[in-house]
Amino acid sequence: MKYIDEFRDPELAKNTLAEISRTITQPWVIMEICGGQTHSIKRYGVDQLLPEKIELVHGPGCPVCVTPLEQIDKALAIASHPEVIFTSYGDMLRVPGSGKDLFSVRAAGGDVRVVYSPLDAVKIAQENPEKEVVFFAIGFETTAPANAMAIAHAKRMNLKNFSVLVSHVRVPPAMHAILGSPSNRVQGFLAAGHVNAVMGYWEYPPIAEKYQVPIVVTGFEPVDILQGILQTVQLLEAGKPIADNAYKRAVTFEGNKPAQKIINQVFKECDRKWRGIGMIPMSGWCLNEAHMDFDAESRFNVGDIAPEESSVCIAGQILQGMKKPPDCPAFGKECTPQTPLGATMVSSEGACAAYYRYGNIQIPTGANNVRE
Amino acid sequence: MSENDASIDMQGAHCPIPLQQTETIVIGHGSGGKMMHDLIANVFASTFQNPILGEGNDAGRIQIEYAGQFAISTDAHVVKPLFFPGGDIGKLAVCGTVNDVAMLGATPQYLTAGFILEEGLSVEILLRVVNSMQEAANEANVKIIAGDTKVVEKGKADGLYITTAGFGTIFPKAKAIGGQYAQPGDKVIVSGTIGDHGIAVLSARGDLGFEAMIESDVAPLNGMIADIVMASDHVHVLRDPTRGGVATTLNEIAQQSNVSIMLSENTIPVNTAVKSACEMLGFDPLYIANEGKLIVIVSEEDAPKIMDTMHKHRYGKNATIIGEVTEEPAGRVLMKTIIGSHRVVDTLAGEMLPRIC
Repeated sequence: MKYIDEFRDPELAKNTLAEISRTITQPWVIMEICGGQTHSIKRYGVDQLLPEKIELVHGPGCPVCVTPLEQIDKALAIASHPEVIFTSYGDMLRVPGSGKDLFSVRAAGGDVRVVYSPLDAVKIAQENPEKEVVFFAIGFETTAPANAMAIAHAKRMNLKNFSVLVSHVRVPPAMHAILGSPSNRVQGFLAAGHVNAVMGYWEYPPIAEKYQVPIVVTGFEPVDILQGILQTVQLLEAGKPIADNAYKRAVTFEGNKPAQKIINQVFKECDRKWRGIGMIPMSGWCLNEAHMDFDAESRFNVGDIAPEESSVCIAGQILQGMKKPPDCPAFGKECTPQTPLGATMVSSEGACAAYYRYGNIQIPTGANNVRE
Repeated sequence: MSENDASIDMQGAHCPIPLQQTETIVIGHGSGGKMMHDLIANVFASTFQNPILGEGNDAGRIQIEYAGQFAISTDAHVVKPLFFPGGDIGKLAVCGTVNDVAMLGATPQYLTAGFILEEGLSVEILLRVVNSMQEAANEANVKIIAGDTKVVEKGKADGLYITTAGFGTIFPKAKAIGGQYAQPGDKVIVSGTIGDHGIAVLSARGDLGFEAMIESDVAPLNGMIADIVMASDHVHVLRDPTRGGVATTLNEIAQQSNVSIMLSENTIPVNTAVKSACEMLGFDPLYIANEGKLIVIVSEEDAPKIMDTMHKHRYGKNATIIGEVTEEPAGRVLMKTIIGSHRVVDTLAGEMLPRIC
């Protein structure tokens, strides 16, 4: 398959690994921001093949994981209304709120539907004028343009029965939060290529300079990730803390201008809580004044919901790269994908789910586990 | 304007006789009365024609002079939409049970079929489904010898559900074929591309926003299985990787046999359309359902022989060795990835959900 197979090429992977080994002279801690990259790393076992001097830590870039508990509880409350059709990306249905998830709301009779695109939610609203259709608009810069477009579309059509529960987050404020923390260990970043495909990486040079860390825009296939690591190591070894691009087939410096435009047309920056991490100033997007009519929180009066997190789950520390999933006493015991205590175990992009699914296993001798 | 357009077809006066419901299923079709009998006669008995069903009794009477073992299985079929590229619920209902029976190294012989019909279902659709069942039964060389029909109110079912049960005789030499018999050193063979059925049905539902050009693989595998059983005395496991896909099926086998299975990622056959759809949705073909695929676990020495046998078959043309059975870690499936590292291939937890970005 074009644009996939060449970036899973074993020879290319081997050569890039060899180049990393030749370049590296000292230990480095590198964070991949995006949960999609975490999964790719575990799925293809990229970490098993890297030189021991490289430690990969997993970042907060999992939209499901960082959506705060209170937003989930608001979703559960709204979805339980008999007149509501609640629409969401599939991943969100299994995320535990306080005591239940959207699946259990559906089992109890709530009309909860998985959509593949927010425009499908708008269509459902058009087709069901007697119902209130609510879309759970979550995610990073990746989903924001499509979600914004759905809202703009609904406004153009003057749809009165459509609203959105917004929980958008942005990557750069999270990078500031991680790098500014006194316990930070991260020395270089693999930036989330899909986010940069939308936003470009013009926001990153000031971050690289302020905290003196290289930031390399990186893709998602194994060869992409190895290339991102190679460029990060080269910059670290050369003492060059700059923003660079290892995902040129998808990302430009400026990014996708029309996508950025529609985001700015519908949303404004606002403070946002991140699940497990807490409040990060100006780290989210909310509806701007011109689109407040579409705000589901005020329409259903759920603004006051403010629950407490489970005390066992260490997802917050995992999302900041301070701990790894096996460090959690509940990992693989009370907390599994069937019985998740925190969102990092739920989402297909969550670090705990990646560790659980792809495992930290002892490969029997003779299975020629190569370490370059 | 021709004169025909304006003419009125006068057929004379009609008596107000009660409406004969023949076009759609109504509650009366499940009442046990004349409507039900007509439906059975006109739809089921006339399509599934065979002397055993023709006796018209509450049960089908069979007589088998066989000293060996028998295999019995049952399967309920619910699928939306009822018709999808490559098949329909009727073909699925026959092949599903035929395959389950055949997986013990058995020759399926008889099926029974229970129908739950939703009020408002068109009889024409029911007829198409029932005809498709008979076509599949012909190919699998099985007879449908007993049945039942119930009708539920509108909104209580997705058109129709079909439950089938199957009965067959196990080849004497197939006594030691089952999920518990995989042995270290055995080879793991899959009969062709994986994930076709799941993606075909998902695509036919029309809510993906794109259409995958892929047909379901639904097919009766008993013919190929008979040849496989005859070709070797060292076939240890036969299994169809239906719901949960190849990954889940292999995990079940690893646990039943208390062995490990090591797959090679670069050997697993996946159709490009399935691969593309999975990439877009964040699915893994290893977890997608198949309805006409077979996993064979066979001794290393006999693996080439079994591959030859399968390659000669319509449903085994693309058979491939995808891995081997090892001792440790018992109960787990591992995979050598395309870039040469190793990872665990776990069972699917709950429903597979499309990822966000």
